[in-house]
Amino acid sequence: MGKFLAVTIIVIAIASAIPVVMHTWEPPADISTHGHLIDSQRDDTMIEAGVSFLAAQILLAIFIWQFAGSKGDGKRKTFPGGAKGLVGAALVLVGAEVLALGAFGTKAWATVYFTPPKADAMPIQVQAGQFAFYFRYPGADGKFGPIHPEMINEGTQNLFGLDPEHDVESRDDIVTAEMAIPVNKEIHLLMHAKDVSHSFYVPALRVHQDFVPGLDLSLHFTATQVGKYEIVCSQLCGLGHYNMRAYLEVMSQADFDDWQKKQAAAQ
Amino acid sequence: MSMKHVIMAGLVTLAASAVALAGPAGGTVSGKVTYEGTPAKMKPIDMSKEPSCQKMYTTPPTVETVVTGSGNSLQDVVVYISAGAPDEAAPSTAAVFTQKGCRYIPHILAFQVNQEIKIVNEDQTSHNIHPLPKVNREWNKSQPPGTPPISEKYDKAEFIPVKCNVHPWMHGNFAVLKNSHYAITGDGGAFSLANLPPGKYTVTAWQESYGDQSQEVTISGSETKTVNFVFKAKPY
Repeated sequence: MGKFLAVTIIVIAIASAIPVVMHTWEPPADISTHGHLIDSQRDDTMIEAGVSFLAAQILLAIFIWQFAGSKGDGKRKTFPGGAKGLVGAALVLVGAEVLALGAFGTKAWATVYFTPPKADAMPIQVQAGQFAFYFRYPGADGKFGPIHPEMINEGTQNLFGLDPEHDVESRDDIVTAEMAIPVNKEIHLLMHAKDVSHSFYVPALRVHQDFVPGLDLSLHFTATQVGKYEIVCSQLCGLGHYNMRAYLEVMSQADFDDWQKKQAAAQ
Repeated sequence: MSMKHVIMAGLVTLAASAVALAGPAGGTVSGKVTYEGTPAKMKPIDMSKEPSCQKMYTTPPTVETVVTGSGNSLQDVVVYISAGAPDEAAPSTAAVFTQKGCRYIPHILAFQVNQEIKIVNEDQTSHNIHPLPKVNREWNKSQPPGTPPISEKYDKAEFIPVKCNVHPWMHGNFAVLKNSHYAITGDGGAFSLANLPPGKYTVTAWQESYGDQSQEVTISGSETKTVNFVFKAKPY
């Protein structure tokens, strides 16, 4: 019975490792400039955790195989150093693993969050609210007009609560339900939530950012391939969370200029 | 037949036709609702997050908070008797509010206190209708495609904005009224409230962005009184 358990453990361990090693479920192709750092961090983690996992399962199976069926009348072996030794060793091994992964990942994190965007990065504001994303471009004056939350009116499509009657900078702001960006241009996203927590996730872009109500969050990225990608909300935000998404269109600079002109005319 | 009989018959016929031609019992208040000034631009609606609705339009539909018509007229204005008429029991027919193309049809639905309303979903996506009353009971209901109509009613008179929790651009109104004397203006802004017994009435016109205006009118018989409303449009 015990030997059968040992074999089962080995089979399960190998069967679960196969899809990972064979790259059966790959994330979509990376279309960003920083994505390779995130992908190699992911690979490092999978290798490290994978090797530790397989080693632990094989060791467990070996011990089960060897000692299954024994009457328990032999001398019990203890871990060198006893309980203290066991805890100490676990702390050192697991601690080293976690710290190492953290150290390897600092470059990926810093590239997105701790380095400032380029001076000519294009700012786009993103507002997440139940249950849609809306975007705002600053328009010709390059400035975002002030937001007046009490003026937000979905019925008239004043989604950001702008007051163009009194705020001059708001008059040329372009509010859209789709996010279009030029390819190979650094984008500076300025993100806030209108109500509860949401999350902005574009898998191909390797951008995944939670919105915390009350916080103004910022990150920057550059897209390297033209195409249409889905932005999905990945933080449960209420009954319409399943329907909360928008589309990201990466286009050539010329197409983007046309798009922006059309959107400005519709304001 | 004697001359006297002929004259009597003639007079009776004349009297009868006069009664018949007098029309419905009571008077009528009719008129037009127009605006002056420049109304705000009605923005187009981007439904890209719901492709099943977006593909139903060749050009995107526009916001309907201020709908203008020919001759500076205002459409979707509710004109009703707000005072002077007794409260009436609700009719047995239901008023129907349809969700189609991710919009509410009609944009404003007028019905009476305790009258049944039926909310229908003709789209391929789920909606979650959420009327926002201040005096009536607030509720919201999910309605997947292909499910039966939702049946509801309101027991207090009120103008209630309606939104969809899932689709932020969907916006409509319920006008819950106390009697059957109401009309919603169409293109041209005309309205007609008939069958008004003699009395002093307050006629009110309500527009969702411009508020309401009231005028007093007295009906003494079966005449038609003209009452016009002019709203000041707001450019923003």
